Amino acid sequence: MLKILKYSFFDLMRSRWSYVYFAFYLLLGIILLFLNNDLSKAVITLMNVIIVLVPLIGTIFGVMYYYNSKEFTELLLAQPLKRASIFIGQYLGVALSLSMSLIFGLGIPFIFYGLLQSTAIWDFSLLLTSGTFLTFIFTALAFNIALSQDNKIKGFGYAILLWLFFAIIYDGFFLMTLILFEDYPLDKLSLVGTMLNPIDLSRTLILLKLDISALLGYTGAIFKKFFGTNFGLIISSLMMTIWVVFPVIRIIIKSRKKDF
Amino acid sequence: MITHIALFLILITSCPIFPQSIEVCKSCDFNSIKTAIANANAFDTILIKKDTYKEHNIKIEKPLTLIGKDYPIIDGELKGEIITISSDSVTVNGLSIINVGTSYTEDYAAVRVKRSKHFTLKNLILENLFFGIYLEKSNYGKIYNNKIIGHAVEEYNSGNGIQLWYSNNIEIEYNHIQYVRDGIYLEFANNCLIKNNVSTENLRYGLHFMFSNNDIYQNNTFKNNGAGVAVMFSKNIKMYNNLFKENWGTASYGMLLKEINDAEIIGNTFMENTIGINIEGSNRILYKHNNFSNNGWAIKVRGACYTNQFLENNFLYNSFDIAYNSKVNDNIFNRNYWSNYTGYDLNKDGVGDVPYRPVKLFSYIVNRTPETIILLRSLFIDVIDFSEKVSPVFTPDNLLDNNPVTKKIQW
Repeated sequence: MLKILKYSFFDLMRSRWSYVYFAFYLLLGIILLFLNNDLSKAVITLMNVIIVLVPLIGTIFGVMYYYNSKEFTELLLAQPLKRASIFIGQYLGVALSLSMSLIFGLGIPFIFYGLLQSTAIWDFSLLLTSGTFLTFIFTALAFNIALSQDNKIKGFGYAILLWLFFAIIYDGFFLMTLILFEDYPLDKLSLVGTMLNPIDLSRTLILLKLDISALLGYTGAIFKKFFGTNFGLIISSLMMTIWVVFPVIRIIIKSRKKDF
Repeated sequence: MITHIALFLILITSCPIFPQSIEVCKSCDFNSIKTAIANANAFDTILIKKDTYKEHNIKIEKPLTLIGKDYPIIDGELKGEIITISSDSVTVNGLSIINVGTSYTEDYAAVRVKRSKHFTLKNLILENLFFGIYLEKSNYGKIYNNKIIGHAVEEYNSGNGIQLWYSNNIEIEYNHIQYVRDGIYLEFANNCLIKNNVSTENLRYGLHFMFSNNDIYQNNTFKNNGAGVAVMFSKNIKMYNNLFKENWGTASYGMLLKEINDAEIIGNTFMENTIGINIEGSNRILYKHNNFSNNGWAIKVRGACYTNQFLENNFLYNSFDIAYNSKVNDNIFNRNYWSNYTGYDLNKDGVGDVPYRPVKLFSYIVNRTPETIILLRSLFIDVIDFSEKVSPVFTPDNLLDNNPVTKKIQW
């Protein structure tokens, strides 16, 4: 598995897309810091970018990589190798290289800007952690889609739909539910609703860490009480981990049964 | 000639109201302030030299001038009220008054003025206090350049920095107040001028009006209070050029207006407050040339607000510019600068060609169901805000700025 991981990883590291992705974040970081000299403001803007773009790129890239390397995969399958290790290796290769592009692309300009001396370092590391989690989650989901769908066009369609669902449609349903049940106490419901969507979860985690949390008023106070404690932090990282683990397990099961 | 001089001398020595100067220090004739006051005649000056005087319940019942040299300390030892003035024309200058007693039945103050006129309290340093300066049915006074530093932790067992009760025509200038309940509190106080004060870190309000009319406050700074200024049940208040800053927290306001009519709010800066101005039941108010920058909500309109005018203000980078909870609008927005404005100006006259709608759909939703705020900065919210902007359904359709200025307004 490690060998396949290594091959996938270096294959991707040499590929143009990783560089483009890396360069994009590098540019974004530099421009953000150049345009507003306030580090914590830059973190907010970055959050907006990360919670939208990272899942999108994770899904599209994951699907694309799977379809592109299909022939190579089939070649590997002919070898005496475990199926699970082939696919997990590929998955980890993609997810790791994407995360690296993210971390280095954003980290380098921020470190040069003096992040290490700044108090924003915790917000920033939280941002990168949730970005990495989102990459792992959405790449895994993308592999699931690609494994279940042999038709490339359909696969891409589902991948985009998946992203649309988590980034936009889910919030729409969430909002509707909150408004529909506005006569009832909504604290628990909004907590659960946030927990179930990794994008919402990371957005809330970051917002609560930032100054802006005062805007959230009473609801924010409840959220802060939950997420501010160790218990909340453990629960939310557990939730993120579950979001990684389950799709990965499904990759293993699916790949074992799949007829190539 | 000689007779003239003799007459004059007789006049001087015999006249009882000719002002004398009495010194107080540990080695002087009088070593306590109380005895000095008891032995002083009206219009005398009592000079207090630098030392620590452990006294409380000092009653000034005749027109005297108390002057401290190099800030002598009057230590009340937490036993009760320290100075009580109940005579006209008293001046207290340059004292450091510490350790006022706390009581749940009486409002002990460092300096209390009772039913008097023409008093001056200046250059005082008040520390470790319950109430700082308390004016009770006293008029025409000056409170000038005092420093009031409390240690308030809970609202119920702390007092206010400067409190006016049924007191008119008072000038409050250049005071520095922090860590008390309300920095300055006016109850039934009319025609007062509050100028150039700094009120910070107070538990409740930096400045608080109740049933007080025709007052002016200007050039004050209110920073990091529970709420900067609360103006309630008052008429004709003029608020000019104040700075409201960092009143930040889940229930914090820069300014809180409740049942205010015919006020003028001009030239103020609201910066980094959770809610810049919270308005409730306030009519005929003119908002002009104010800066609202980096607030959560610049203005939150709660209801029953009619014929207000918002003219030539700058709304810069607030999370929400205006929150509005009804569909009826009777307020005028005109010629403001909105940093969120995305329209164009084809004829280059500095006024945008497309009206600006300051109320976003999301702020309407949040007003209805506060829990939805959890979706702040979600992509979905941007989408619905955009569609509402194109064709308003939920927000009042006549709430718009028809002449949004395209450049930040300078004045």
